[in-house]
Amino acid sequence: MSAPARFLAFRRPDGRVGVRNHVLVVPTVICSAVVAERIAAAIAPVGTALPHLAGCGQLGPDMTVTHDTLAAYCRHPNVGAVIVVALGCEQVVAQRLADEARRHDKPAAIVAIQAEGGTVRATARGIDVARQMAATVADAERVWCDVESLVVSVKCGGSDYTSGLASNPAVGRVADRLVDDGGAVVLGEIAEIMGAEHLLAARASTPATATRLLRVITRVEAEAIALGLDIRGTQPAPGNIRGGLTTIEEKSLGAVHKAGERTPLADVVGYAAPITTRGLTVMDTPGLDVEAVTGMVGGGAQVVLFTTGLGTPTGNPIAPVVKITGNRRTAETMADNIDVDVSGIIAEGETIDRAADRLFGEMLEVCSGRPTVAERLGHREFAIYRRNPTF
Amino acid sequence: MNRALVISARDNVATALEALDAGTTIRIGDASVAVVDPIPRGHKIAIRAIHAGDAVVKYGSAIGTASADIPVGAHVHVHNVASGRGRGDLAARGAPDEPR
Repeated sequence: MSAPARFLAFRRPDGRVGVRNHVLVVPTVICSAVVAERIAAAIAPVGTALPHLAGCGQLGPDMTVTHDTLAAYCRHPNVGAVIVVALGCEQVVAQRLADEARRHDKPAAIVAIQAEGGTVRATARGIDVARQMAATVADAERVWCDVESLVVSVKCGGSDYTSGLASNPAVGRVADRLVDDGGAVVLGEIAEIMGAEHLLAARASTPATATRLLRVITRVEAEAIALGLDIRGTQPAPGNIRGGLTTIEEKSLGAVHKAGERTPLADVVGYAAPITTRGLTVMDTPGLDVEAVTGMVGGGAQVVLFTTGLGTPTGNPIAPVVKITGNRRTAETMADNIDVDVSGIIAEGETIDRAADRLFGEMLEVCSGRPTVAERLGHREFAIYRRNPTF
Repeated sequence: MNRALVISARDNVATALEALDAGTTIRIGDASVAVVDPIPRGHKIAIRAIHAGDAVVKYGSAIGTASADIPVGAHVHVHNVASGRGRGDLAARGAPDEPR
């Protein structure tokens, strides 16, 4: 493993690299989600929709997060063209999303249900536009790209005792190697850093970065305390506890292994905010898998390395999610949801380094176009972080 | 394959890599530990006596506080370990310590 690792992907006009080439169909609001899904389905699997529950009835920071997250997907390098499906009376501004795509030299169009005259006409018009866009993006060709162009999201879900012993350390070695080669890694799930923040703070590139990490963790912990509730109702989750994890501190200490052992903590950013620094970035996301992955991909991650002890199907509409388990039983019983089995680290003495080499190679294959099991099964979960009530 | 794994030399618990029966003995490095509770696969076993109020240590860091005295060989889990983080329930009650 000495030559610089490369993979075949799409070099975008803005200089970023996409590992997929989707026509993204974005509903501005929950009310246009079904039309958006029908348009995307007509050009599947190139077409992919972002059905969501938000876009109206939201105030302040919640509305901003919705707008910013949808805009982030419109400019994402895994997207070749964008169709915005509006209703017509909602808060999210369709024009702003289309403009964001065009600013990154992507073709973009708007289809508005009220203006078109209902579901049937809007769907038919959207499918016409989608077919043209599918033909346009098909002209793009994959070229050799260096791993320094990658932003890799690391995530764990359905954790058990094998996550901290095998799969997270293996992903951590991949993260360290990627950063050595000039790439970027993003870690989310603030609630699952709680109890292990001292390890990340010690690796912060500046004291100010360490302070920002500790501040966001303090805020999330204060939010749980302000509710007057015990975070143990969800952290660890009931299945985590059955799997042998006792406290959030234990879960966190196992979880942060996936961010590497030595990569400096370079930045701390808000939900779905652009990841602009090489090295390790921590993003302010909740622990809930789909909201966390949605945010990190929004930040620019092109691929997700997702460890699971118990097994989970989570995918993403535009980024491949590679599932890795250290639990032999899960690799067998949940085989259709697992891409990479690293249970040999526990059972047969495969070293963590060898497992990490294998995983790095698998990641590059996926970046070069090989579908993950989640993509083959059509798992495209998407959910925007919500912190306030709906009005 | 070891039947239980200690991650850091500072740890006072080991992780069972298979289900351990009470009454059996396992080797932990050079020492042997008599298993006093049934330990499900993936769960933790005390490899040193842990007093109530002491830190329970795994990965070389505290994962919580013992809420009862835990003898060597006992099952270490939610029944005898308390987390100190995100405890709004305690803040609401104004209680300083884990209730028993």
